[in-house]
Formats: sequence, structure tokens, C-alpha cells
Amino acid sequence: MKPPPFGYSRPESVTEAVAALGSAAPDGKVLAGGQSLLPLLNMRLATPGHLVDINRLGELGFVRVDDGEVVIGALARHAQVLADEAASWAQPLIGQALALVAHPVIRNRGTTVGSVVHADPAGEMTAVFALLGGSVLLAGSNGKRLVNAEDFFLGPLESDVRPDELATEVRLPVLGPRAGCAFAEVSRRHGDYAVCGVAAVAELDGAGAVSLARAAYLSVAGTPLVLDLTDAGGDPAAAGRLAMSRVTPAADIHATAAYRRHLARVLTERAMAGALAHARERAGG
Amino acid sequence: MASADLWNVRLSVNGVTRDIRVPARRLLSDFLRHDLRLTGTHVGCEHGVCGACTVLLDGVAVRSCLMLAVTADGARITTVEGLTGPDGALSPVQQAFADCHGLQCGFCTPGFLTTITAALADNPEPSAEEAREIIGGNLCRCTGYQNIVKAVLRAAELRSAADQANTS
Repeated sequence: MKPPPFGYSRPESVTEAVAALGSAAPDGKVLAGGQSLLPLLNMRLATPGHLVDINRLGELGFVRVDDGEVVIGALARHAQVLADEAASWAQPLIGQALALVAHPVIRNRGTTVGSVVHADPAGEMTAVFALLGGSVLLAGSNGKRLVNAEDFFLGPLESDVRPDELATEVRLPVLGPRAGCAFAEVSRRHGDYAVCGVAAVAELDGAGAVSLARAAYLSVAGTPLVLDLTDAGGDPAAAGRLAMSRVTPAADIHATAAYRRHLARVLTERAMAGALAHARERAGG
Repeated sequence: MASADLWNVRLSVNGVTRDIRVPARRLLSDFLRHDLRLTGTHVGCEHGVCGACTVLLDGVAVRSCLMLAVTADGARITTVEGLTGPDGALSPVQQAFADCHGLQCGFCTPGFLTTITAALADNPEPSAEEAREIIGGNLCRCTGYQNIVKAVLRAAELRSAADQANTS
């Protein structure tokens, strides 16, 4: 239960980090919070040849709200993002989801950008990122590029980050004035990976009718699954049934496929009811 | 850079500055236990689940098994050995564990003590529910947790009594 040997560099700037990744490619790996990477190393499930430790890039430890987006830097810890009142005010789903990410001590080190890039289908923040249609800014040896959520997840634990690229920030759109959101999940013990989880967003038109209802699912597919549930017309129970008919989860040691489908229905109903109530409250009744 | 390279790591551990050369793959938990012989920090699962190895990094509770010593270079670390006063007096959290029978075998206790110490610095008056959230990431196989929750609440009382004594 010790990490295998690896090369190591500790850059002081994004430029140095990208250069280090470039020379280590394709065998380099970014070390940020390490709360997923270190377990993988300790258990020898991953054996990268070289780690690029970005913990000295203090310039990436930011959370800010600008131009309709919450922008989270690569070194912002979950705890820091969760405590950021401006971010939670602008996009309440961030705080709702982060409170369910592991335990407080893990959130003290783990980074939100790292969670998204790690692309764990059981991750709360990957679902939030997919649902909101966020984007990731990647810095590489050929310059920067912005990748949208719908193109970002390639498979379980695989995202569209090239070996010589560093994800420097994640951008999440703010919640609209007539929209609401909620997060619901079931885990064996509080803080464990969710057996199933649902993030929901609902939006109302000027007359108070539901103009958009969407939900994202964790632990039911290899990548975060996003469903448009607008057809359920603002009925949470109907949204739950619709979701259940459209998910095809796998069975594993934690749950059967049938139980996961059941959870998808129940949790969709709960999260959608929460999102609708939230939207009505924000839209002023 | 060859993987056999050694890195200088300078840490302030419980107020004492330590300089040691270690391989990059040395975990902070092993750095404390093997290189510094501070064996109060316990190692349970080595993948971040049990919480026994929790230490304070610049005052913030972290898993020392999920951090490389070289990443922590330059930081201030407090281990369970550093919670006791210079005269050997138990800290409020340690005293509360003794008062409330918050431990039996004691293996998990260092992680609980450090986690609760940091949490009470942030939230000096936790509710019973908040006390459960504070210790939610630490495993104990003996106590059934009830007495640990009582110890969190008792530690908060002892802390505030000590603060009042200091200011009066």
C-alpha cells in the first residue's frame, strides 16, 4: 500500500507545468488534491511514470463569478468552493452537490477541477458539470482550448485532456432568475460513493409553466448521463417514471441494476420536486 | 528526472523544524512515522477511508496517507503528539475523550482527536448533528460512536470554559 516509484516535478507556473507534462507525455499525470490519485497509487491501480505536482500554482486557487459563470481554478479545494458565498449564490447547485462530496477532511484537499477531470461516473461534480453545460479551459504546449461538457467525457475515468495539457479552470453557468435546482443521492453510508444520484434543474416561463426540466445521473452509466425531462410537464412523479424508462444502469457489488433503476425514479422525483419548488421561490411565487 | 532522486523536505512538525531528504513517493504518513519516528499518527487503510492518519496541515485537517511529504514541503504540521500542552496537560479534546469514554482500543483515536481539534476551531459550538458530520469520515470499530459524539460536545464545553478562564 505504497505508491510505486515515479518521476516528480514541482512547477511554479502554468507554463512550467505544461512543459513538464510535455516532456513526460504520454506517461505524466497531474497531482492536485490527490484525493483520488493517491488511493489509486497506493493500491497500485495506476502507475504513472511522472507526477507533475501543481500545488505551488497558487494563482489557480481562485473561485470567482464573472460574466454569467462561476469560474473555479485548478487549485481551489472543494472546501473553499463550498464556503464561497458568491459562488453558491450565483449557482446554488454547486453547494448542494459539494456538501455530498466525500467527507469534510477529504474536501479540505480535493479540488473541484480535479473531480471533473477525473471523470468518475460516481462523482457529484461531474454530474453538475454535465447538467449545467459547463466548460473546461485546458492549457497545452499548443496554447489554450476550451472544451464543452458534452464533448468532455469520453468514458469512465477518461476525459478529453491530452497528455501535455493542464486543466486550469472549470466554468459553470449561473442559475437563471426563473430556475431552480436540487441534488438527491443514496449512498450506503453518508459520504460514501452514491449508489445513485440525481442533480436536477427546472426553469419556469413567464406564466409559471415549466419551460425546461433536466436531470443528470451519477453511477448509472460510464459517463454522466443527462436527460431532458421537460415532457413530464412539471410533474415530479412523471419525471421519475420517464427517467426510469430511459436509464440502463449496470449491476455491481453495491446494487442490482433493478435497484439502481428504482433509485433513478425515486431520486428524480425528489430532486425535481426540489428544483421546481426552488424555481417557484426564485421566480417570486 | 530519475525516480530514485531524493527531495529536500522541510516541515515544521509540532513546532520543531525538520529537514529530511526523501523519495518523491514517500507518503506524509510514512514520513511522520518512519522518518521522524512520530508513531502517534496511525495508518489504517492507506486509501483515505478510515481517517486514522489525519493530521493538521497549516491548521487544516488532512489525510496524511493521501499526501506526498514532498507536496507538504514548507508547511506546518500538527500531529496527535502536538495536541498536548508543553506541561503534558491534555488538550480539551483529549480530556473530553477520557471523560466520555470516547475510546477503547485507541487505534483510531489520533485521527479523531486531530479532526475534532480542527473542526472546533472552525465551529466552537457544534450541534449534535454537526458533531456527527465532523466525525463522519473517521472509522471506529469499538465504541459505536455514541461516546465520541458526546466527547465532541464535551470538548466544545471544555474549550469555551478554557477560553473564558483565559479572558477573565
